[in-house]
Amino acid sequence: MMSVETEIRFKLNGREVALMVPVTMNTLSMLRDKLGMTGTKYACGEGECGACTIRIDGKTVNSCLMYAVDCDGRELVTIEGLRTPEGLHPVQQAFVDHGAVQCGFCMPGMIMQADYLVENNPNLTREEAQRGLEGNLCRCTGYTKVLDAVEAVVEAKKCCGRC
Amino acid sequence: MNEIEQYLAPRRLDEALQAMANGDATVLCGGTDLAPQTESGARQYTAKLLNIRRIDGLGGIAAETDQVRIGAVTTISEIRCHPALAEIAPVLVEAAEHFASEQIRNAASLGGNLCNASPAGDMIPPLLVLGASVELACWRGGAVQTRLIPLERFFVSPGKTVKLPEELLTAVVFDRPAADFVGKFRKSGPRPALEISTVSLALGARIADGLLSNVRVAMGSVAPTPLRARHVEAALEGKPLDAASIAAAVAATAEDAKPIDDVRASAWYRSHLVRVFLEEVLNDVRGN
Ligand SMILES: Cc1cc2nc3c(=O)[nH]c(=O)nc-3n(C[C@H](O)[C@H](O)[C@H](O)COP(=O)(O)OP(=O)(O)OC[C@H]3O[C@@H](n4cnc5c(N)ncnc54)[C@H](O)[C@@H]3O)c2cc1C
Ligand code: FES
Ligand code: FES
Repeated sequence: MMSVETEIRFKLNGREVALMVPVTMNTLSMLRDKLGMTGTKYACGEGECGACTIRIDGKTVNSCLMYAVDCDGRELVTIEGLRTPEGLHPVQQAFVDHGAVQCGFCMPGMIMQADYLVENNPNLTREEAQRGLEGNLCRCTGYTKVLDAVEAVVEAKKCCGRC
Repeated sequence: MNEIEQYLAPRRLDEALQAMANGDATVLCGGTDLAPQTESGARQYTAKLLNIRRIDGLGGIAAETDQVRIGAVTTISEIRCHPALAEIAPVLVEAAEHFASEQIRNAASLGGNLCNASPAGDMIPPLLVLGASVELACWRGGAVQTRLIPLERFFVSPGKTVKLPEELLTAVVFDRPAADFVGKFRKSGPRPALEISTVSLALGARIADGLLSNVRVAMGSVAPTPLRARHVEAALEGKPLDAASIAAAVAATAEDAKPIDDVRASAWYRSHLVRVFLEEVLNDVRGN
C-alpha cells in the first residue's frame, strides 16, 4: 500500500536528524532501511521478542510497533548510542565478562532493556531483573548468565556510583 | 484500496476533533494494537492518520479529589507506577502489573486498550468493578462536545464500541473508592508475561461488619465483550463471606460466563478457570 510521506526531526544518539518517512513506516524499518542503523534487530515484528528494543525519551519500547512519525521532536537512543568514548558500555562489558552472549541476535535489545532497568533501579534484584526482561526472548543462553551479568552491573554501580 | 492522504499530530484537542469530524481519521496512540492489525490486514487505514499523543491535556492521572481522572494517552507503565492509584485503586495497578512486557507497557495507552475493545483487554475488568465511565469528545455545532458513558455500556462486540467515528476517548473517570472497598484482579495465560488473557476476573466490593455490599464482579474473555457478572454479584450482595456464599457465587458463574472454544483455550477450561479465580479472590478477601 502506498502512503504519504512526512518530514520528521528528532535526536538519534545525540545527533539531530531530519528525514522523510512514509507515515505508516515503523521505527525499526526507518532505523534499518532508511538510516542504515542495523544494530537494532528485527525478529518477530510484533512486540513479542524485544530484539528491536530502543529508548524513546528515556523509556524502552519495541521499535517494530512504534510509528516512525511518532519519533518527531523526541530523543531516540539505539544500541549504537550506548558505546562510550572509552569503548563498550559497562552493561555491554558485563555481558561479555559473564559469557552472557551466544549467537548475539537478541543482545542489542536485551542490553538496551537491561541498561534501562539498571538505570531506573539502583537496587534492582535478580527477580526484578527477570521480570523487567520478560519482553526479551533469547533462544540461546537460557538467561542465567544474562541475569548474572545484570546483577554484576548493579553491584558495580553500588560500589563506585559512577558507571 | 485505502490510502492515507494526510498525517496529523495536533497539539490542541479542538484541532484534533475538527480533523475527526468527518469520521475519516484513524486514531494512533501507542500503536501497539494498530501496528499489528494494519500490518496483518485485519484493519484498514482511512484518509487521515491522527496521532493523539501530542495533544495537550490528554495525559496524566488526577487522583487527589473525589473523582479520579485518567487521561486517554496515559500509559500502562504510568498507571503501574502511580503511588496514589496504588493506594486507592490497587485493583487497577495489579492489572497493569500483569500487562504484556515493560516495553509494551511503556507504549500502550489506557484509551487504546479500551477503544481496541478486545474481550481480553486487561484494563477493562478492574475499571468495571471501579464503576468507571469514559469521556467521549467530538466537534459539533462549532464547539467541543463531550458525553460520559458508563464503561459497562461502552462495548458492543469484539473490536466494536458505542464510540462514533468522529469521537475521541479523552479520559476515564471513576469515583474515589470508599475506604472499605476491596478490589482483586486475576488473569491467566500459559506464561506470566506477554500473554493475552485466557480468562480474567476482577472483584470489587465494600466490606463492613463482615458483610459484602456494592459487589461488582467483572470477567474478560468469557463472552464477546468483557462483562459484569450479575448473577455472581447477586449471590454475594449483602452476604457474609463464608463457605456457603462463596459456593453459591462459584455456582452462579455458569449463568454469567458463556465462553467459547478458540485457539487460546476451550470453553470448558475457561469456565473452570472462572470458578477457580472467583473462589481464589473471595478466599483472599476472606483471609484478610
Ligand atoms: C505483544 C503484545 C502484548 C500485549 N499484551 C497485552 C496484555 O497483556 N493485555 C492487554 O490488555 N493488551 C495487550 N496488548 C494489546 C495492546 O498493547 C493494548 O490494547 C494497548 O493498551 C493499546 O494501546 P495503544 O495506545 O498502543 O493503542 P493503539 O494501537 O494506538 O490504538 C488501539 C485502537 O484504539 C484506537 N484508539 C486509541 N486511542 C484512542 C482514543 N483515545 N480515542 C479513540 N480511539 C482510540 C485506535 O484507533 C486503535 O483502533 C498486547 C499487544 C502486543 C503487541
Ligand atoms: S521485532 Fe520487535 S518485538 Fe520482536
Ligand atoms: S544469544 Fe542467541 S538469541 Fe540470545
